[in-house]
Amino acid sequence: MSVSTPSVQEVKKTTCYMCACRCGIRVHLVDGQVRYIDGNPDHPLNQGVICAKGSSGIMKQYSPARLTRPLLRKPGSERGAGEFEPISWEQAFSILSERLAKIRATDPKKFALFTGRDQMQALTGLFARQFGTPNYAAHGGFCSVNMAAGMIYTIGGSFWEFGGPDLDRAKLFVMIGTAEDHHSNPLKIAISKFKRDGGRFVSINPVRTGYSAIADEWVPIRPGTDGALLLAIIHEIIAQGLYDRDFLVRYTNAGQLVNLDEKSDEFGMFLRTEVPEEEGCFDPQNKLWWDRATNKPVITHTEGCDPFLLGEFRLADGTPVKPSFQLLQERVKDYTPEWAEGLTGIPAETIKRLAYEMGVTARDHQIELPIAWTDSWGKEHDTVTGNPVAFHAMRGLAAHSNGFHSIRALAILMSLLGTIDRPGGFRHKAPFPRPIPPCAKTPNTPLAVQPNHPLDGMALGWPAEPDDLFVDEDGKPVRIDKAFSWEYPLSVHGLMHNVITNAWRGDPYRIDTLLIFMANMAWNSTMNTVEVRKMLNDKDEQGEYKIPFIAVCDAFQSEMTAFADLVLPDTTYLERHDVMSMLDRPISEFDGPVDSVRIPVLAPTGECKPFQEVLIELGARLKLPVFVRKDGTRKYRDYPDFITNYETEPGSGIGFLAGWRGKGGEKFMRGEPNPRQWEMYAANNCVYHHVLPRSYQYMRNWNKGYLEWSQRSRITRYAEPILIHLYSEVLQKFRLAAQGKGITRKPPEHLKQRIETYFDPLPFYFDPLEVQATDTHKYPLAAVTQRPMAMYHSWDSQNAWLRQIHAHNYLFINARTARLAGIADDDWIWVESQWGRVRCMARHSEAVEPGTVWTWNAIGKAAGAWNLTPDANESKLGFLLNHVISEELPEGEGRISNSDPVTGQAAWYDVRVRISKVSPGETAPGLQTSSPQFEPLQPYPGQEERKSLWNFFAGGRK
Amino acid sequence: MTQLALVIDLNVCVGCHACVTSCKEWNTSGQAGPLSDFDPYGADPTGTFFNRVQTFEVGEFPNTETVHFPKSCLHCEEPPCVPVCPTGASYKRAEDGIVLVDYDKCIGCKYCSWACPYGAREIDEKQKVMKKCTLCVDRIYDTALAERDRKPACVLACPTSARLFGDVHDPESEVSVAIREGGGYPLMPEWGTQPANHYLPRRKTKLRIHEDELVRADNPLKVDGKLPKPAKAEPSLDDVTSW
Repeated sequence: MSVSTPSVQEVKKTTCYMCACRCGIRVHLVDGQVRYIDGNPDHPLNQGVICAKGSSGIMKQYSPARLTRPLLRKPGSERGAGEFEPISWEQAFSILSERLAKIRATDPKKFALFTGRDQMQALTGLFARQFGTPNYAAHGGFCSVNMAAGMIYTIGGSFWEFGGPDLDRAKLFVMIGTAEDHHSNPLKIAISKFKRDGGRFVSINPVRTGYSAIADEWVPIRPGTDGALLLAIIHEIIAQGLYDRDFLVRYTNAGQLVNLDEKSDEFGMFLRTEVPEEEGCFDPQNKLWWDRATNKPVITHTEGCDPFLLGEFRLADGTPVKPSFQLLQERVKDYTPEWAEGLTGIPAETIKRLAYEMGVTARDHQIELPIAWTDSWGKEHDTVTGNPVAFHAMRGLAAHSNGFHSIRALAILMSLLGTIDRPGGFRHKAPFPRPIPPCAKTPNTPLAVQPNHPLDGMALGWPAEPDDLFVDEDGKPVRIDKAFSWEYPLSVHGLMHNVITNAWRGDPYRIDTLLIFMANMAWNSTMNTVEVRKMLNDKDEQGEYKIPFIAVCDAFQSEMTAFADLVLPDTTYLERHDVMSMLDRPISEFDGPVDSVRIPVLAPTGECKPFQEVLIELGARLKLPVFVRKDGTRKYRDYPDFITNYETEPGSGIGFLAGWRGKGGEKFMRGEPNPRQWEMYAANNCVYHHVLPRSYQYMRNWNKGYLEWSQRSRITRYAEPILIHLYSEVLQKFRLAAQGKGITRKPPEHLKQRIETYFDPLPFYFDPLEVQATDTHKYPLAAVTQRPMAMYHSWDSQNAWLRQIHAHNYLFINARTARLAGIADDDWIWVESQWGRVRCMARHSEAVEPGTVWTWNAIGKAAGAWNLTPDANESKLGFLLNHVISEELPEGEGRISNSDPVTGQAAWYDVRVRISKVSPGETAPGLQTSSPQFEPLQPYPGQEERKSLWNFFAGGRK
Repeated sequence: MTQLALVIDLNVCVGCHACVTSCKEWNTSGQAGPLSDFDPYGADPTGTFFNRVQTFEVGEFPNTETVHFPKSCLHCEEPPCVPVCPTGASYKRAEDGIVLVDYDKCIGCKYCSWACPYGAREIDEKQKVMKKCTLCVDRIYDTALAERDRKPACVLACPTSARLFGDVHDPESEVSVAIREGGGYPLMPEWGTQPANHYLPRRKTKLRIHEDELVRADNPLKVDGKLPKPAKAEPSLDDVTSW
């Protein structure tokens, strides 16, 4: 065979965006066409590897689903029909800026900006704030906010971007509620090394796929019962004395004394010696221990003192007190393995064994590294020690209405084992750890929203107490999604999943314009999809749309774009500048901060324009202060110019990128804008990696050197130690308010009981809210979804190669469960919840626990969407489970989001269903399709024709 | 004599399909390409791939193993596809043992795919020739590539490093050591095809907890007085007998 490979003419480096992982890639070009994309071996994140999605980037770039022109809905056509006419960008900008200028001058909250799988929240958030609307969030509320909130409110850090398992040093790795994503390639690299080094890997999951497949032990669990398992493990760890007492004493609030005087307004709060001089978002070191030696209360961390963790005491004034660890022990007293067995389906013996494996590994395999460091109280340590038990968890824990407390339980278990920011356990990534809770706050009054003014505060933040809620005088929400209201007080990522329903109903109010970026809210990213699609198209008595104007920016035709009045064609990741910023979610490593960029390797297709450029242009046209000079003229030429020159405040030296700052690129983290910053990133694999000194790499919650470095670098405002909140005063403050105590705001009457119940300062188990509202005899099965490794949400069905891996989805059912229901492999079945039903195909499986059915997420598509043919497998055979999931639950007289009552996390995985075979009379044999079906979408103007045969050969020379 | 091959470690393969699409991507624009895709945006899309991952379940719940099984041409030492080829298009290279197809000679008669017991060959329906894994023969000797890149695309892509590449006839090579020490096995040896590619089996790491590890000298409950010594005043034998 002769070698006829065309020579590669150019190799350009940038950052992948086939999922949220953000690997470094090399794009090999032939005659300006992408020939090959491989992993960049010099990139810290993926170290040269690449996944199925990354390797299929070519097929995304050249997909016929690409939008290439701005489009306006045809006059007279209905939303959802997807009938458009092309317009110019100038027209698009005029339409938008005219409309938005009017809103901004009258009532800025009538503009709502919600974004999906983007990686530019620092910019979109800045735009919304400058506009003056509180109605901004990204997709976190329906993704994994429970993971972020549950962990950050407990240990000051979280999984994925902000921390993860140190598998390099761990000996036992427990993965719970994680399918096959987040953090994709780095986790694959790490698990493989871990297994080859002889580590033991346990996966706790209702389903055995992906990573779980290579676990040494699979522990099947019923969905939504993770909290019960974790609390029972905590019970065993405490009962057997397998916790790390020294760690708990010094680094958590375990020894702090809690006021148990029920008559006091301070009931359930820590005793304090004095009120701190400076109020800030940190834990003042003014709490009390009960010293074992002197049998007296002392200020915590008093040199030479050691507190009781268990017991009950009385202060001189008669106040009864207990250390918070005592309260934790009391809390888990009845959470025995035998109790948990009944809920989780995991044998009590297995639960005990898991607890012993964790405890004994943590206690008897301690790691000691020769790294000297100094703690926040000035004590010098010769070594860094660690207990080699690591955990990873994601949406399987998070996407339940009891997820916040389950995740608090996980974070507490990790803390009891002494594994926080220590070798072999959990390790933080900059800019975490942060104070508990982090300092950022929303405004707490509707007065923060004023015409022609930026929002007076952040649109998203971290409430520390009831007075931080974003509500009006009557306790009613200011935001359209009701985030930071009494309904979901700690909804730190917003509730994007309720925006459309709320706006349609006019509760709390009507809006005018909804701008959606890169989120499929008319399909897989919404619950109750059929009804939400109707809401998007619904009109009032005057014939006006209930949501008057919808603009969507996306690179691809989708179910959502069909409902837009105005479609803005975004670029692909290969055609744009981007930053993975420290102000957002950078790609930091355990050893220090890392940020990175994308640099275009191709010119934009057609008239595509990056969404960032749209925002900069709109910002200038609307004269939003940040985007214009004093004289009102445009300040930034384009997005790259903005990134180079924007500072959070004039002269702050803090910008979107942390690397090569300062006039000549000599500074990092802080420094003047560097006009050649982009070039320096380009010359350095598009990534900036600051490796911290070894003594700053561990124990960062209480590492004096690190915290002071972090403060000097302006990553944090305070350098106070970040004690782990085993016991959460933040939650107790809300509970006290619900009990009518204290001087803070009080919840409205109808929400008092909800707040009092769910704002428990210690984790507890309750059945998910939807399960409580379901007749589980009628609907006995839990139904969940997973994301396949070769697909990223709905994004990849338009990808010619990836859709050959998953063209349609089945409902996987435990074989015995299926046989009992008379369902054979490949049978057409109904899957029915109390909210609706779908028709799909069944597949027997032995790799799913008997009470659970599951399917791949977002494979099913509406006919014609993503520019697939109307008879494509995705729409005819594939299905969407979302149709049987409700976005709301009944609550008293009204309705409330189907979400975690603490955080507003969408409770995707709480739904209960029943399954039955489709009866022969229901459809003609051989003509079965999935249901529901929708009127097929037609291709839009400017879309490339679909090929029926493709012989892709880059450069086209063969 | 050199025999190049892949060794695939099923102990770490998570079934992510990185090998599938990186292979397609390299080869469709490479010496063996293009690899056609029929109905890429329609019903039942079907294209030519040199490498596919099959996923199957073993055992009954709860004792279930989910196995991800990547499969491509095994570059047999006695390849049954070669002698059946009527035109000599299918051949095994003497210098490195790679089994290849000469498209100029292939008439698409499919004898080879019937002869292959592993189902590793795929007819390209557009070009009407038989296609299969070449071990990226157009990469591995290309001196224009950096030395680390002179490996099959799938090997470089694999996020779990589940794919090892090398000379299975060299006893000191990484692949030979892996086969020897990791219990590497060929597929269906009873066919006498002597596949060069090998698979490494699943291995389980267990943790044994000794009972006495739970009776702990360092039990922190003692510190908090929850495992107290008996008080001196409590009854003892000293109260009742003097021996």
